Amino acid sequence: MKRTGISRFLLRQAGKLALLLAASCVITFILVSHSPIDPTQAYIGADLLRVGAEQRDAIAEYWGLNDPPLQRFFFWFGSLLQGDFGTSMIHRAPVSEVIADRFLSSLVLMITAWVMSGILGFTAGVTAAMKRGSWLDRAIQWYCYTLSSTPTFWAGLLLLIVFTVWLPIFPVGLGTPAGVLAEDVTWLDRVRHMILPALTLSITGLANIALHTRAKLIDVLGSDYVLFARAKGEEGFVLFRRHGLRNILLPAITLQFASFSELFGGAVLVEQIFSYPGLGRATVEASTRGDVPLLLGIVLFSTLFVFTGNLLSELIYRWIDPRIREGQSI
Amino acid sequence: MNLRKKTLGYAIVAFVLLLLPVVLSPLLGSEQLATHLTARNEAPSWSHPFGTDWLGRDMFTRSIKGLALSLGVGLTAALASGLIAGTLGLMAATLGKAADRFISWLIDLFLSVPHLVLLLLIAFVTGGGVKGVIIAVGLTHWPSLARLIRAEILQLKSSEFVLVSRHMGRSRWWIATRHLLPHLWPQFIVGTLLLFPHAILHEAAITFLGMGLSPHQPAIGIILSESMRYLSTGMWWLAFFPGLCLLILVRSFDVLATNLYALVDPNRSQE
Amino acid sequence: MPLLEVNQLSITFTQYDRGLRQKKVPVIQNLSLAVERGEIVAVVGASGSGKSLLAHAILGILPHNAAVSGRMAFDGQPLTPTVIRKLRGKRIAFVPQSVQSLDPLMRVGDQVRQAVRTGDPAAEQQRAFAQYGLAPQVARRYPFQLSGGMARRVLVSIATVSGAELLIADEPTPGMDPAVVQETLRAFKAFADKGTAIVFITHDLEAALTIADKVAVFHAGATLEVTQAADFEGKGERLRHPYTRALWLALPQNGFAIPDEEAGETQICSLKHEA
Repeated sequence: MKRTGISRFLLRQAGKLALLLAASCVITFILVSHSPIDPTQAYIGADLLRVGAEQRDAIAEYWGLNDPPLQRFFFWFGSLLQGDFGTSMIHRAPVSEVIADRFLSSLVLMITAWVMSGILGFTAGVTAAMKRGSWLDRAIQWYCYTLSSTPTFWAGLLLLIVFTVWLPIFPVGLGTPAGVLAEDVTWLDRVRHMILPALTLSITGLANIALHTRAKLIDVLGSDYVLFARAKGEEGFVLFRRHGLRNILLPAITLQFASFSELFGGAVLVEQIFSYPGLGRATVEASTRGDVPLLLGIVLFSTLFVFTGNLLSELIYRWIDPRIREGQSI
Repeated sequence: MNLRKKTLGYAIVAFVLLLLPVVLSPLLGSEQLATHLTARNEAPSWSHPFGTDWLGRDMFTRSIKGLALSLGVGLTAALASGLIAGTLGLMAATLGKAADRFISWLIDLFLSVPHLVLLLLIAFVTGGGVKGVIIAVGLTHWPSLARLIRAEILQLKSSEFVLVSRHMGRSRWWIATRHLLPHLWPQFIVGTLLLFPHAILHEAAITFLGMGLSPHQPAIGIILSESMRYLSTGMWWLAFFPGLCLLILVRSFDVLATNLYALVDPNRSQE
Repeated sequence: MPLLEVNQLSITFTQYDRGLRQKKVPVIQNLSLAVERGEIVAVVGASGSGKSLLAHAILGILPHNAAVSGRMAFDGQPLTPTVIRKLRGKRIAFVPQSVQSLDPLMRVGDQVRQAVRTGDPAAEQQRAFAQYGLAPQVARRYPFQLSGGMARRVLVSIATVSGAELLIADEPTPGMDPAVVQETLRAFKAFADKGTAIVFITHDLEAALTIADKVAVFHAGATLEVTQAADFEGKGERLRHPYTRALWLALPQNGFAIPDEEAGETQICSLKHEA
């Protein structure tokens, strides 16, 4: 009975995802095909003066830009279904390859930041709630509220000024040192280039989880069961370990999984500032230079990424929370 | 001095801070924005509190004008989003099951693409510029507020005082104006106010990424993105002050909205 | 010397009035109560009369906006916040009114075991469950898998396994079926016979009278009278306060009688309503 419950859940999620992606495809395509931007021109870019009308037509023909929209949509959608996302105009390479390559380097950055912001944010939230009303609580709250009003890219710029210009500890950017062959790059170099972007991403990302954890723990501390625990003589750390932790850890973990959307957005900004060659930077290039196939591919891929986070968050809830896990057996 | 007086005080201070750039911007002439080759790359001083840039333009004037622009763009976009959210939330809660399901699905759809990617996509599609930025920001900030309003109406509709009124034969209009609106107004106003900080931050973000306004407009995002080229030469003031101003602006909005909310929300009025 | 002595206890809450003003709301006024070892004192009153706050005040778990005045002493020692913190869970045990008092994410067996102060936790828990008619496998359940009556029996188990000298029970019986109520009351009586002092807070005068030695009648934040349980007999001639007499006469076995005195019929109605 439980088995069928979970498989039915997964099946429903798969249906939801398919519908979601299909809808994204349609909407994105409609948006792009009504856009005032001429893809041919975007493709040619700076070479505009040297390209004649004939060449332009040839390019438009090559990309299938002269076909009616519906035909173009089904052509594009059909290729998508076969796993062909088209060819990126900037990178002159298949979109799927570009995304896979860039995503791997983004993933390292995002996971580092995600884990750091999760742990730091959770600890800060717990500290604030346990010391509610103290100067420490006020400092943590002030920090979180200020950070949630701070433009991520500005925080990144400040770190850049402090750690590369004033105290030249870290390199200015690029995922790898300049002038070194790719195979000569050590993992240590990669780490050195990743620290600042990851730090930026985590100090701005922890505000949400910290404030949420603080509010949740204050709720828990005001609950009947904590009141009863206090009446039973429990206090301080024992009280937190027995009743606080188990009641706030799950919401915190699921919230963190549900924050993939902000994580991706943060990565876009941070990669731009630190010239980190990830998917975020590819997104900015695709949209500022009009690389339509790549942009469409990224929209779909990032949708999948966010969906995965939400799905994991829900699965963890079902797996850990006894009220759902054992709820069916009664 | 009790808590409510304090709350009101914070809200007023925040409001005044918000008005500052709007009032100051027209007072500062465009003369300060002209190129002064004799006063290039100056660090902050009494005559140029935020320093000057590589063209000798006064960074204080640029920042204030940028803030006024950000405020304008943010306000317009947030209002548009508030309107969309109000309309869709209302429709979802009142037009029956099919409409509710469709709108709820639409909300999920908008939340399923990373916000920044969606912003870039829409700004790209509309061709950038002030118009593009406003459309992009306005079209992407409504889902959470729409969801909130829908939930609020559904809860109100099933609350006892509304059910009693219905049994007493009150008309839909009577119930809507006497019961629903008084509860919804504060939620809607504060909810829209809370959209402003996000709207302004996102406006700055896509401008920073190069999607938005033309380089001649002194928007904060553009100022910051230009400053990147000069940071390695140690001109920290180019990035520091404009960003700080933006931070204070956004924070003021947050303080204003949350304090107003604390005053109108009955659940928190005893804190 | 009484084990617990409450003298002239008053509790006041500070709340916001309309607009920006604050006001003080008194909820308990000049309440006095004494409990000896081995004695069961029932505190009887309608819901909303502030009974639970008395328990919370003794245990030192009132909310922050409450101000307490008066004296409380346990075993001759004044109950200051520091003293209460050392006593609760060890020498003073509590049965809370709310079934939400069980941690929703902890198996109930573990919650009982954590309250054990002396002896083997598992054995003590199993003994308590057997005594209150809970099957052994209930220990592995989570609170959401229990009925209201079962949850209350778990709460009583938690309070009784601690081996405290003073037991404060705040409405421990609603939702239990009558047989279990009787069993719980018998268990209280057995504890009292072994020397435990019990404060039994309830709106159910009938249940209170089956085990209590003394009854404190509580109304609108004040004790109207503290009387021997034996005084509740006949037409209540030995009860001094008209409200007490009205309570007594309103019980089913007394025929829901409306007293001829000016006791106030509304009060009787409200009490009947609750039962």
